[in-house]
Amino acid sequence: MSAADGCLVVLWTAATLYAVLGGADFGAGFWDLVAGGEEAGRRPRALLDRALSPVWEANHVWLIFTVVVLWTAFPTAFSAIFTTLWIPLTLAALGVVVRGAGFAFRAASGTLGVRRVYGALFGIASLLTPFFLGAALGGIASERVPPGDASGDLLTSWANASGVVVGLLAVAACAFLAAVYMVTEAGHAGDPELERYFTTRALVAAAVTAALAIAGIVVLHEDAPYVGDRLTGEALPLVIVAAVLGVGAPVLLVRRHPAWARLLAAGSVAAVAWAWAVAQWPYLLPTRLTVDDAAGDPETLKWVLVIFVVAIVVVVPALVLLFTLAQRGRLEEGTPP
Amino acid sequence: MNALGAVAAAVPEGLLPARSQMGFTLGVHIILVPLGVVFPLMMLIANYLGLRRDDADWLRLAERWSRVAAVTFAVGAVTGTVLSFEMGLLWPGMFERFGDVIGVPFALEGIFFFLEAILISIYLLGWRRMRPWAHFWIGVPIPIVGLCGAFTVVAANSWMNQPGGFTMDANGVVTDVDVWQVIFNDAVKYEFPHMYVAAFVAAGFLVASVYAVGMLKGRRDRYHRLGFLLPFTVAAIAIPLQMAVGDSTARAVFEDQPIKFAALELNWTTGPDKPEIILGHLNEDGTVSGGLRIPGLASWLSDPSTGRDTVVTGLDSVSSEDRPSTAAVNVIHLAWDTMIGMGTALCLLAAWFAWLMWRRRDRLATSTWFLRAAVAAPLAAYLAIESGWIVTEVGRQPWIVWQIMRTEEAVTTTDATVLWVMFSAIMVLYTGLAIGTVLVIRGLTRRWREQDEAAP
Repeated sequence: MSAADGCLVVLWTAATLYAVLGGADFGAGFWDLVAGGEEAGRRPRALLDRALSPVWEANHVWLIFTVVVLWTAFPTAFSAIFTTLWIPLTLAALGVVVRGAGFAFRAASGTLGVRRVYGALFGIASLLTPFFLGAALGGIASERVPPGDASGDLLTSWANASGVVVGLLAVAACAFLAAVYMVTEAGHAGDPELERYFTTRALVAAAVTAALAIAGIVVLHEDAPYVGDRLTGEALPLVIVAAVLGVGAPVLLVRRHPAWARLLAAGSVAAVAWAWAVAQWPYLLPTRLTVDDAAGDPETLKWVLVIFVVAIVVVVPALVLLFTLAQRGRLEEGTPP
Repeated sequence: MNALGAVAAAVPEGLLPARSQMGFTLGVHIILVPLGVVFPLMMLIANYLGLRRDDADWLRLAERWSRVAAVTFAVGAVTGTVLSFEMGLLWPGMFERFGDVIGVPFALEGIFFFLEAILISIYLLGWRRMRPWAHFWIGVPIPIVGLCGAFTVVAANSWMNQPGGFTMDANGVVTDVDVWQVIFNDAVKYEFPHMYVAAFVAAGFLVASVYAVGMLKGRRDRYHRLGFLLPFTVAAIAIPLQMAVGDSTARAVFEDQPIKFAALELNWTTGPDKPEIILGHLNEDGTVSGGLRIPGLASWLSDPSTGRDTVVTGLDSVSSEDRPSTAAVNVIHLAWDTMIGMGTALCLLAAWFAWLMWRRRDRLATSTWFLRAAVAAPLAAYLAIESGWIVTEVGRQPWIVWQIMRTEEAVTTTDATVLWVMFSAIMVLYTGLAIGTVLVIRGLTRRWREQDEAAP
């Protein structure tokens, strides 16, 4: 494994964490959007509101970190991706802003009518942002993003079968993650009715995600031969892991082990992400630009790897502290007694 | 190096919308930065005093400040995401060539930012159930991490002003990156202190102004006085310090970027005994109309050891395509005057505060005119920060990487109309984000006020 491959691991770890942690935030926006009318949707929305403290907008840090590592370790690929995929990436960035603004407004505005408008904005943005990020990935996988300044088609590079199916898969996976996470939240809130509510939705989302994943493999076989073939070749073990975990999560939900279901759901999304990376390898932009050719200065690559190790040494204990305190019930909204 | 510059023929149409959008989004993000850097420190001081003296007022302030800090932190994450995308959406040319040079400080910043996010989350959610001193100690690293994050980002920007730590061959291919030299470039040692102290000035005056408004409305209890005193003292100490830091920064720019210096001083020809020109405006032929001239002062300030004999480089020493346009020079000069004017006014306010504290402490809370000035102070402070960034960013033009890459070489080839549409969308959405943020914070303060009034 070269230093460039190491940087790819860093890049993809950050992207995976964004999918697993930030994805649930987008999914929560989706469930908010489809929670129904004022009366029917009141209780699930209240729980979603509680779970979605605005602090978690900080999850976008993972996206920022992914983008930064992309330009730092692979400058030429960064420029190719951001010029050819200008439209979906711009729309994704705008979606992040709409989400943040909708969030703020919804939390602030008292009257229900106004709240619903901003809630809808928040929901739609939560839907569109993962869709466009997924569509951009679909464009890369289907070999439509060549190296160079805007060398690919601005529209058809992502608005095609691969882009659409990967975009939809991203939306479905976010909804799946969020529904599974929300079952645990409902359990903490001591609300068995909402536990059932989100369990049902998690099962539906799991089925839709699975269907889209299968459709994805079929479409990619046709439209993105390199990645498509390798998904059922070199990357097959990871695809199987994703499938097993993806089936296991709903099963555990039904058997009332929501905490384990949560872990499995996150694991299945992570496995899909890594299957993808394996399927693309050794290309960063299949089949035009390899990871090694895209890599920047060797000294910089070394630094990226060092920073990653330091990050693990520093950030992981902080995260462990966060989770330990949360487990012990020391972290709770509210003022000092 | 100049072989690259020679490619530039016609200015691409996308340059104006791209620069406008970048300026706008950075200008918004910089409003949040001081809060992220300074709020945690102030909230920890209040927390410490509260625990040490078993003082409910200080603890209440610390807790509420942490909640506001969390909101502004989250909004900063959103505007920061946009900035990271813009590097590729607007300036792919720069990052294609220099991404691996300038990237490491940004990557470090990502780590610091994430650490800050985790710690702020724990601190915010720990108020109710954690043991008080353990909770305080969890917060202690936050200002340190904030300092490191601010340092790395400013390092990236100052590298654009004093690029180094790499070699470039005849084909413009970058090799031999030396990351230490990139981070500790020549400009970071003055750019960073200048921005860091500015954060204390802006955040201090901003937080204090909230309590000044409360006191003007008659809420002169101890809680409001403490809420005013701590941040205002922080800002009042920072502002004279900032004048000294700013002075040395200006001298460093005189050494490092003589053309930027000529623009901010409105100096057309090279020579000694240059006047300091306050206001005024540069004409296309190099003459200056209007303004107040103080003979010899620009020379004297540039290097007091040689006094009025100090030779100041003029704008006409380089050809017109290697310096900011005349219109830009006027913008830079006005921003420069604004920054210094606001800084001086805030210094006077700090002196007024010191006098009140020394001689008339009992009347501080009822001194209507002083409180009114304190309410206006954050406007002046933020005007100064925005002006300062205009000086450094517009003053670097036509270069994006000083004397190595032109801004027009870096800009995206995306159609100018599309860029204008995106910029318009960004402006609308940011307006929404700004209004939403203010509403959220006002909602919080209203709830707190109701709590306080209900309490015995």
